[in-house]
Amino acid sequence: MNVNKESNIYGLMAEFDNPTAVVVAAKKAHEAGYRKMDAYSPYPIEELSEAIGFHSNRVPLIVLVGGLAGLFAGLGLQIWTSAIEYPLNVGGRPLISWPAFVPVTFEMTVLLAAFGAVLGMILLNGLPRPYHPVFNAPRFELASRTHFFLCIEAEDAKFDLGETRKFLESLGANEVTDVEK
Amino acid sequence: MADAMKQTGQEASNAAYGPPPVIGPGHTFASVTEKIASIVLRKGTKRGWMVGFGLSFLGMLMMLNTITYLVFKGIGIWGNNTTVGWAFDIINFVWWIGIGHAGTLISAILLLMRQSWRTSINRFAEAMTLFAVACAGLFPALHTGRPWLDYWLFPYPNTMGMWPNFRSPLMWDVFAVSTYATVSALFWFIGLIPDLATLRDRATSKIRKVIYGMLALGWRGSTRHWSRYETAYLLLAGLSTPLVLSVHTIVSFDFSIGIIPGWHATIFPPYFVAGAIYAGFAMVLTLGIPIRKYYGLDDFITNRHLRNMAKVMLATGLIVGYGYAMEAFFAWYSANTYEAYMYKNRTTGPYWYIYWLLILCNIAVPQLLWIKKYRESTVMLFVISMFINVGMWLERFVIIVTSLHRDFLPSAWTMYTPTVFDFTMFFGTIGFFLTLMFLFIRILPMISIYEMRTMVPEAKLKSEAHASPDKPAMPPAGGPQESPA
Repeated sequence: MNVNKESNIYGLMAEFDNPTAVVVAAKKAHEAGYRKMDAYSPYPIEELSEAIGFHSNRVPLIVLVGGLAGLFAGLGLQIWTSAIEYPLNVGGRPLISWPAFVPVTFEMTVLLAAFGAVLGMILLNGLPRPYHPVFNAPRFELASRTHFFLCIEAEDAKFDLGETRKFLESLGANEVTDVEK
Repeated sequence: MADAMKQTGQEASNAAYGPPPVIGPGHTFASVTEKIASIVLRKGTKRGWMVGFGLSFLGMLMMLNTITYLVFKGIGIWGNNTTVGWAFDIINFVWWIGIGHAGTLISAILLLMRQSWRTSINRFAEAMTLFAVACAGLFPALHTGRPWLDYWLFPYPNTMGMWPNFRSPLMWDVFAVSTYATVSALFWFIGLIPDLATLRDRATSKIRKVIYGMLALGWRGSTRHWSRYETAYLLLAGLSTPLVLSVHTIVSFDFSIGIIPGWHATIFPPYFVAGAIYAGFAMVLTLGIPIRKYYGLDDFITNRHLRNMAKVMLATGLIVGYGYAMEAFFAWYSANTYEAYMYKNRTTGPYWYIYWLLILCNIAVPQLLWIKKYRESTVMLFVISMFINVGMWLERFVIIVTSLHRDFLPSAWTMYTPTVFDFTMFFGTIGFFLTLMFLFIRILPMISIYEMRTMVPEAKLKSEAHASPDKPAMPPAGGPQESPA
């Protein structure tokens, strides 16, 4: 019975009503050795992602790759069309008239870098994802408004339904609830 | 970023001598969420909105009718002629795109400069950017004469075996404006995602939950997501900043690369960019003052916001004035007959009154902003911003029409008179723009809710959250087993 119940559990969700409490709780959970956890807040809190041990992300790398792709695609397109595929001889001026190619190259760089930032962020975040187990937590709709949540996931090596619940309650949570898958 | 913003807000409210706060006193997470979301989620629609939307929609219908007639008859229905080949179409294009620039300036440049007062105006300024660019794009697209072939402007392999000429500033324009529109839309949408999640969670009707839920992409406020989100948002701001400067620079290249006296000047790029910001802030005030009044948003769009915008207008207005002065100086200093004639024709020629009206609207009237009393008065700010809106339109008329109508060949000299369709098209786009604005303030949060949450006093972390990890409040060895129940 207990095993069955536990296998159907995504994790334990603790609710907090102020940002300081959730940051402190996340730090303590990290110090206690929990790793598979996530915190939820209605606005970005840098200290909170630091507290759960999430220090850097790969969005800037994707932006760089996007920007370079745009740069070479923009410049390459103009050189190829203007000098190779459709050369226009205007009074013997050079076909690869690179200063005239700067604006379009620049715009293409910005365009693909911006797509890199947006799509990189969305895809790395695993979105769009309309259904997620954390939405099953009661009162979780407050995570987008006024309240702060810390969820320790059942997949964590240290996770134990009873002990983890006690631990979360000790952190000053308003309420600790099971989150079903 | 958020941290810096909320610290600034906090310091502002604590320091007695500092600038006044960017949010009214007594607000909490719940109150800012409630106030902004309820404008969107209320049942029924206010009568004032219906009237405003109805009038704007009539304007939009006028535009659609004009476009339909134009597609049937050709651009001969406009007043353009062989000498003045660019007229209202390009004036309106430059006017609208300039208006859009303030939105990006507020959302990107002020973000990078950590100006916390941008938070409550960036969302609707960005919406204004998008809608202004939509209006702007219509004009050159229709001015091609055969708008159904506009896709020829894009480089794609075709059976004609031809490619666009990338050495032409008009091609640069295609890339600049379409990139600008796309990046502005991305920036706007990214900013909306967390607020769409708030609306999804707060909505009571099923249909709203589903629509906002789909648009929110399943956003759940995970701190890992926020971390990537903040990075992406900051990088987008960093990309938009040079982008917005490049767009109006390239728009000015449409003129300055040409050899027409009055266009062929190196001052054009900076002077156009300053003019764009000037016009854009005027439009933000024109829209913001009535919206703030109508929806009672004085706590979020405070007098400090209006005052700061007035100061930006004053500064950029002076740069624009410097641009006008330099045009006069070049006309004299270049010792070029055509340049000198161009300036004489502007100030004393057949369109002299347009030039002097422009000086009145753009240079003389805005000097009132030096006086504190007028910066504090919403009525005066609204009136001055209307003057600037008109003045910036006249500026483009002066640059385009008075430069063209006196050609190098006196036999080609002519006058330009707009027709009724020039006006129905222009006022029609204002209707189109306002229609989109009305829809926006009804169905999407016009102030960024999540960013406003970072401004309230509740958001300030107490010192224990900053405690050094070396001295944990609870020994790590303790773990869950030893913790008191």
